[in-house]
Amino acid sequence: MNMTLTDIIMIVVSVFLLLIAFFAVHEKKLIKSVIFLSALSMLSVVSYVLMKAPDVALTEAVIGSGLVTSLFIFTLLSIQKKEDVQ
Amino acid sequence: MKKILAFILTMGLGALVIISLSNNEFFPEFGMADLTERVSIEYITKGSALDVIFNQTNNPESGPANIVTSIVIDYRSFDTLGEVTVLFISSLGIALLLGGAAIPKRLDLNFKPNFMLRVGSRALFSIIIMTGVYVISHGHLTPGGGFPGGTMIASAFLLLYLADDQFRAKIKGFKIMESIAGSLYVIIGLIGLILADQFLENFLPNGTVGVLISSGILPVVYILIGLKVGSEISGIIDHFLTEEEVL
Repeated sequence: MNMTLTDIIMIVVSVFLLLIAFFAVHEKKLIKSVIFLSALSMLSVVSYVLMKAPDVALTEAVIGSGLVTSLFIFTLLSIQKKEDVQ
Repeated sequence: MKKILAFILTMGLGALVIISLSNNEFFPEFGMADLTERVSIEYITKGSALDVIFNQTNNPESGPANIVTSIVIDYRSFDTLGEVTVLFISSLGIALLLGGAAIPKRLDLNFKPNFMLRVGSRALFSIIIMTGVYVISHGHLTPGGGFPGGTMIASAFLLLYLADDQFRAKIKGFKIMESIAGSLYVIIGLIGLILADQFLENFLPNGTVGVLISSGILPVVYILIGLKVGSEISGIIDHFLTEEEVL
């Protein structure tokens, strides 16, 4: 069995994707879960590029790991603020 | 116990998907699909029997060098209009939920931004805007286009919101730009309906594949989509970061 460098990178990325997805679900603190979700998006960008889908990779990099993470964090911040007031 | 059960269930479902796909004749191995048997070959060769050659093919059925763009904006442009509408409705919902503050007030940051952070973020802001404009205007040549480019422009505004605790974008201008861009998209579609029989039909000449000014109305439509998406998502960010002042 001869594996190219791309295959090895693909396997490593897939294993990390599974691990990070598990951490994102299993994490007790919400903010850490959001960060794991962002890391999951970032790694899936690598896998999209390896699977020759640069359009999807670009969109995922901007939306998945940039905007969605920030919106989640803002929501968490405002929820915490409301709890502090009460 | 619950966790173990969930773990076993997830693994079982994953194994089921892998097993059912690995012995399926409709699901060939990665890179082994024979495109000549499928519809997508029509999109790749753009309706002709010849191969499309970069910088040489003149006036094909659909202009862009990027196949994804030629499907999203040319062959299936009506679907993209629906997609833009979905984004508009979601931003409308956020505006109804969060934008009704009588006295709008910016969300406070937990730290005081210093001078260096503010100046550095201004410098980075221009670079991100330039990347977004590049991605939008080269949408028919390289990967990317209106949706990712518009989101890049919005994330530049997000950077300014995060790095400066006094900054507030002029949200009214965004709303005007968004409605103008959306209306122009529909108007271009109607011009296509009048000049060339079909809604959103490409009525300009396509030109040579791979040149910046080519493929008729598609760059114009992508610039409009980029402006619309950018202003919409900037508005969403502004709504998330403003709240009603608690007196």
